[in-house]
Amino acid sequence: MKKITTCGTLAALLALGAGTASAGVKVGFMLPYSGTYAKLGEAIENGFRLYVEEQGGKLAGQDLEYFKVDDESNPAKAPENANRLIKRDQVDILIGTVHSGVAMALAKAAKGSDTTLIIPNAGADAITGPLCSKNIFRSSFSNWQPGYAMGPVAAEKGYKTAITITWNYAAGKESTDGFKESFEKAGGKVVENLTLPFPKVEFQPLLTEIASIKPDVVYTFFAGGGAVKFVQDYAASGLDKTIPLLGSGFLTDGTLEAQGDAAKGILTTLHYADGLDTPRDNAFRASYEKQYPGMAPDVYAVQGYDAAQMLEAGLKAVNGDVSRKDELRTAIRSATIDSPRGKFTLSKAGNPVQDIYLRQVQGGHNQDIGVAVQALADPARGCKL
Amino acid sequence: MDPVIFLIQCLNAVQYGLLLFLVASGLTLIFGIMGIINLAHGSFYMVGAYMAFALQPLIAQHLGAGFIATLLACVALATLMGYFLEWAFYSFLYRRDHLQQVLMTYGLILVFEELRTLVIDNDVHGVPVPDWLQGSIPLGGVMTYPAYRLFISAVCLLVAGLMYWVLTRTRLGMMIRAGSSNREMIDSLGIDINRLFRIVFAIGVALAALAGAVAAPVSSVYPGMGNAVLIICFVVVVIGGIGSIRGAFVAAMLVGFVDTFGQVFFPAAAGVMVYLLMAAVLLFRPEGLFRQG
Repeated sequence: MKKITTCGTLAALLALGAGTASAGVKVGFMLPYSGTYAKLGEAIENGFRLYVEEQGGKLAGQDLEYFKVDDESNPAKAPENANRLIKRDQVDILIGTVHSGVAMALAKAAKGSDTTLIIPNAGADAITGPLCSKNIFRSSFSNWQPGYAMGPVAAEKGYKTAITITWNYAAGKESTDGFKESFEKAGGKVVENLTLPFPKVEFQPLLTEIASIKPDVVYTFFAGGGAVKFVQDYAASGLDKTIPLLGSGFLTDGTLEAQGDAAKGILTTLHYADGLDTPRDNAFRASYEKQYPGMAPDVYAVQGYDAAQMLEAGLKAVNGDVSRKDELRTAIRSATIDSPRGKFTLSKAGNPVQDIYLRQVQGGHNQDIGVAVQALADPARGCKL
Repeated sequence: MDPVIFLIQCLNAVQYGLLLFLVASGLTLIFGIMGIINLAHGSFYMVGAYMAFALQPLIAQHLGAGFIATLLACVALATLMGYFLEWAFYSFLYRRDHLQQVLMTYGLILVFEELRTLVIDNDVHGVPVPDWLQGSIPLGGVMTYPAYRLFISAVCLLVAGLMYWVLTRTRLGMMIRAGSSNREMIDSLGIDINRLFRIVFAIGVALAALAGAVAAPVSSVYPGMGNAVLIICFVVVVIGGIGSIRGAFVAAMLVGFVDTFGQVFFPAAAGVMVYLLMAAVLLFRPEGLFRQG
C-alpha cells in the first residue's frame, strides 16, 4: 500500500515537473538560412518571433523553445533535415519552408510522424491537394490562387486572347493553369502556353514568338533573377507598349529595385501588397520596422507572423497542452486569423481562404488597387479530407 | 513562319551564340592549352557581372567615366585575378589527375559564391544600360530590338577578331598554338611554359569576366548566375573541339541556332535539343568539330 502511494506521489511530482520546469512547446524551424532564399527564411522567422514577442513572449501561456535547421533549399537533404527536428529534437510543431520540393518532403515526414506542420511559404498545389493531411496547414497561398485571381481581371479589361509564359516546372505550370482556368471561364482564350526550361533566362526567342502571335495580353509566372530579366527584356523588346504584361505577384516582389523603370505599371495578383493601409497592416508594419530596424516587412514576414497566429489559435483551444493533437488541429482549421493581409479562414485542406489583391507597380511599390477575387479558396483537387 | 519573324529569330540566335562564344573561348583556351578542367569558369563570369554592378557607380562618381571604362576596369581586374589564381592554385594542378582538378575548381565555385554573399549580398540587382545605348530599333511592327543587344554582339565580334589576330599573327599566338599541340616540345625549345600558362589563364579569366560584365545590363546579377553558363559553355567547348578557338566559334553559333529554334519549334524538348546536338556531333566526330588551332 505504502509503495503504491510513493509511486503515485512520484508520478504526480514528475508530471508536475514536466508541466512547469521544461519549456511548454517545442517549435522547429526548418527554413533556408543560406543560399538564394536565405532572406526569405529570415523574414519568416522574424515575422513568427515578432508575433510571439507581441504576446509577451508566450503563446497561450506557454513558453516556446526554438530549434533551427537550415534546409539549404535542397530537396535531396530534406528527409534527413526534417528528421533532425522530428526525431532528434522531438519538436511538437514544425514550421517550414520556402522551397516547394523541400516542403513536399517535409510534409511526408510530418505525415509519417504525425507532427503538426505549418508551411509559411511553399505554394505547391499538391501540398493541400493530393498530399493533404489533417496535421498539415499553410499560412501562405497555393500557386493556383494568384493565377486564378488574374483571369477575371484580364477578362474584365476586355482582353480576348492571352499567352502564358513561364518556366517548365510545377510552380509555373500551376500558376498559368490557374489563370487559364478562370480566364477561359470568363470568355477569354489562352492561345499559346510558352515555356522554357528552369532556370534558363534566354527569353528573346519566346518574346519574338509573342510578337508574331500578337495576343491581347500576356500572363507570366517568374520569380527572383528570372523575374528581373523577364520584365527588363519584355520592356526592351517594346512589347509592353502594345501587349500589357500581367503576372503572379512574385514577378515584382523583392525585385523592383533591380527591375527599375521596366516594371512601371505592371499589374500582379497576390495575397498581400505594399501599403494596404488598414489599421491592422499599419500596426504590423510599424511593429516590424521597430523590432527589426532597416528591414522592410514583406509578404514572407506576414506569412511567418500568421503561422504564429495559427499556432496560437490551436494552443488556446487545448490550454497549451500539445499532446491533444486532434483538438489542436481542429481548432487551427476552424480559426479566423486576423492577418495583416486581412482576415482569413482555412479551407478543409488547411490552405488560407483569402482575398487576392490586384496590385500595380507605382513608384517602386506594389500598390494595392483593389481586390481581384474575394475569399478565394483553393479547390484542393485530389484531397480526400 | 513569317519571314520577318524568322529573321528576328536568326538575329536572336546569332546574338546568343556570340555571347556564348565570348565565355566559352576562355574556357577552351584554359582547357585545351593547360589541360585543366576549370569548373570555376562560370564563377569568373559571375565575378565579371558583379564587378560591373559594383564598379559602375564608383567609376561614374569618381572618374566621371562611362560604361566602356567600367568594362576596361573589369577586364584589368579580372586579368590580375587570373594571374593571382594561377600562381596560388592552378599552377599546382598541371601534373595532377582530373579528379583533383575537378575537386579544387569546384571548391573555388563555393568560395566565390560565399565571397559574393559576404561582399555584396544574396539579392538580385539590376545594372543600368548606359544612356547612349538606351534606344532600340523597330523591327517588324510590334517588336523593337534593343540597341544594347547589338552592342553586345559588336563587342563579341571585336573580341573574336582580336583573338584571331593574336593567335595567327603574333608571337604569343604562335606560342599558344605550339603549346596546345605539344607541351613538352615548346618547353624544350626554351619557351617559359609556366609564364605562358599564366598569361593564357589570365586571358581566359578576363574573357569570362568581360562576358559577364557586358551581359550584366541585360541579364542582371544574381546568385548562382555562373552555373548555368558553365554547363552550356562546356557543351560549346566539347562540340567545337577542346582547345580550338575556331571550333568554339562555330559551336557557339550552332548552339545559338539550335537553342533558339528548338524553343520555337519543339518547346517541349527545348531543354534537351542542345545536348542532342552534342551527342550527334560526338557520334560522328568524337574529338569535336575542329581538332585544334
